[in-house]
Amino acid sequence: MFLETKALTKQFGGLIAVNDVSFSLEKGKINAIIGPNGAGKSTFFNLVSGSHSPTSGQVIFKDQNITKLPPNKIAELGIARTFQTTNLFEQSTVLDNVIVGHRLRTNSTLLDAVLRTKRFKREESKCKEKAIEVLDFVGLTAVSDQLASNITQEEKKRVAFALALATDPEVVFLDEPAAGINPDETEGLAELMKKMVDRGITVCLIEHKMQMIMKLADKIMVLNYGEKIAEGTPEEIMNNQMVIEAYLGGSASA
Amino acid sequence: MAALVNRRTVISGFILLALVFPFLTKNSYVLHILTLAFIWMIAVYGLNLLAGYTGYLSLAHAGFFAIGAYSLGILTVKVGMNYWLAFLSSLIITCILGLLIGLIALRTKEHFFAIYTLCVGYIIYLVIDKWDGLTGGVRGLIGIPVPAGVGPLSFEEPQSQYYLILFFLLLTVLMVYRIVHSLSGRTFIAIRNSEELAKTLGIATMKNKLMVFVLSTLFAGLAGVLYASFIRFIGPDIGYITITFDLLMYLLVGGIGTLAGPIVGTILIVWVSQSLQFLQDFRMLIFGPLLTLLIIFYPRGIIGAFYEWKIKRQEKKRMRALIKKHKDAEFSDANSVPDKKVKEG
Repeated sequence: MFLETKALTKQFGGLIAVNDVSFSLEKGKINAIIGPNGAGKSTFFNLVSGSHSPTSGQVIFKDQNITKLPPNKIAELGIARTFQTTNLFEQSTVLDNVIVGHRLRTNSTLLDAVLRTKRFKREESKCKEKAIEVLDFVGLTAVSDQLASNITQEEKKRVAFALALATDPEVVFLDEPAAGINPDETEGLAELMKKMVDRGITVCLIEHKMQMIMKLADKIMVLNYGEKIAEGTPEEIMNNQMVIEAYLGGSASA
Repeated sequence: MAALVNRRTVISGFILLALVFPFLTKNSYVLHILTLAFIWMIAVYGLNLLAGYTGYLSLAHAGFFAIGAYSLGILTVKVGMNYWLAFLSSLIITCILGLLIGLIALRTKEHFFAIYTLCVGYIIYLVIDKWDGLTGGVRGLIGIPVPAGVGPLSFEEPQSQYYLILFFLLLTVLMVYRIVHSLSGRTFIAIRNSEELAKTLGIATMKNKLMVFVLSTLFAGLAGVLYASFIRFIGPDIGYITITFDLLMYLLVGGIGTLAGPIVGTILIVWVSQSLQFLQDFRMLIFGPLLTLLIIFYPRGIIGAFYEWKIKRQEKKRMRALIKKHKDAEFSDANSVPDKKVKEG
C-alpha cells in the first residue's frame, strides 16, 4: 500500500468532522476527494498532512505509521500539500519565494551562513537550481524575477504548486487548486496535474469543479457529513445513487 | 550591476565616515552620544532579526540588554573575573536565559507573544530592582572596568572605546547580513509569512524560532555588555520597559525587516531627540504625531519606503519598455496589415 488511512476519525467537540474514513491512494494516479461544503474534505487533508492529529484511526505511508508525526516530518517523508490560499512574500520575487521550498533537503545551519562555508555555497545553489527547475515545470519561468505581488491569481496557484514540488514529494495534496480561476486557466492546471503524474508524482486533490474532476481523476472518494459514501472511478461515482442524493438532495426526506 | 557597485560605495563611504569621525569632531559629547547610538543599534539588530524577519515581536529586549550588562557588572566588580572572560560569560548567560525564556514564550504567537514577553521584561526589571544582594538594587553597580587591553590596544580613552564598539557593530551587521541572505534567513522569512505553510514545507518551526530568539538575545546581551563597560555604571532603569520601546521606535522608524533600518532609525531618532533637548519633555508632542504618521503611511519605515519607491520606479520603467515594444510591434504590424490597426484602435 502506498498511502492509506484506516478508520480515520476527527472530532471537534461535539462535531465529528471526519468519521471512520478508510481510503487508499492509487500510486501514480490522480485521486480526488469531493463532497458538499462542510463534508470534511479539508479536515481529511489536515489529518493526513499532520496539521491536525486524528481522534482515532491511522495514516500509513509506505508501511510506516505517520499518524502522530508533525507536519514537517511528514513533508520530509515526501508528502507535500498546498493550501486554498498561499501566503507569498509579496515584496520579494517569485524565485525567492520558491527557493525556501527545498530547504528541508538541506542541512546548513546559522554557522554555515555566518561563515559562508562550502556546504553553504553548495546548498544555496542547489536550492536555487531546484527553484528554477520547478518554476520551469509549472511554466512560470517568464515571471520568476517578478515580485510576487504583481502576478495573477492563476500564477499564484502555480507558485503554490512549485513550492510543493520543490520539497521533492512523492505525493502532493492539492486543496481546491482551481478555486477562483476561470475555465481556461482550470484547463491549464489540469494539464499541469497530468504532467506531475507523468513525472511519477501521485496527486490527490479536493475540488468542486465536477466537470474537471470527472475528466481528470482516476479514482474518486465522496465524503458527506464526514463519512465516506462512495469510492470508485468517475463512471461509478456518476451513477451512484447516494452521491446523487448528497449533491441534489434526496427525494422526500431532504 | 550598477546598483550593486553603487551600494558598495555607499556602504564603504559610511564605514569610512564612521572611522574618521573621531578626527572630525573635537566635541567629546557628540562622540559619546554616537558611541551610545552604536550600542543601541546592536540591540536593535537583535530585535530586527526576531521581530522583523521572523515576525515575533519581543518586548523583553531591554530585559536581555540588562541581563548582559548586569552579568558583566557582577562578574567583574563582585567576582573580580578577568574582563574578556566575564565578557564571554555574560553573553553565554544571556543566551542560556534567552533559551529558557524562549522555550516557553515561543509557545505563544502574535500579540500574545508580545504581551508575554512584555511581562517577562518587566519581571527581569523587578528582579534586578529588588535583588539587592546581587545587583545592588536601586543603587546599581559602580566601578565597572573599561574593556581590558588586547595586545597593544587599550580601551581607556573614549576614542578607543568608540572604535571597539564600532567594531562590534560592524561585526553584528555583517553577521545579520549573512544570516538574512542565506537559507536560514529564508527559513525565518517563511515562518513570518505563514507558519502553517512553513511547517508543510518541512521546516521545523519551533527549532528555528528558538534559534532566532537566542540569537536576538545574544545581540541584546552584547549591547548590554558594551553599555556596562562604556558607561561604567548601571542601574535597574536600563531594563525598564521604556528602553524596549526606545529600541522598537528606532526599528520602526528606520524600517522593520530591513537591513539598514536599525542604523537609520537609531541615528535619526537620537539626533532629533538631541536637537530637541531644549524642549525637554515637550518634544514628545512632536515625536508622537510624527511617529503616528510614519506608521500609517510607511509601515516599513524610512528604508521600507525607499525600497518601495525604487521598486515602483523599476516597475514603471519596465512598463514603459513593454509599451514601447508593443507600439513598435504594432507599427510593424500596421505596415504589413494596414487595416488591422484601425480595428484595434
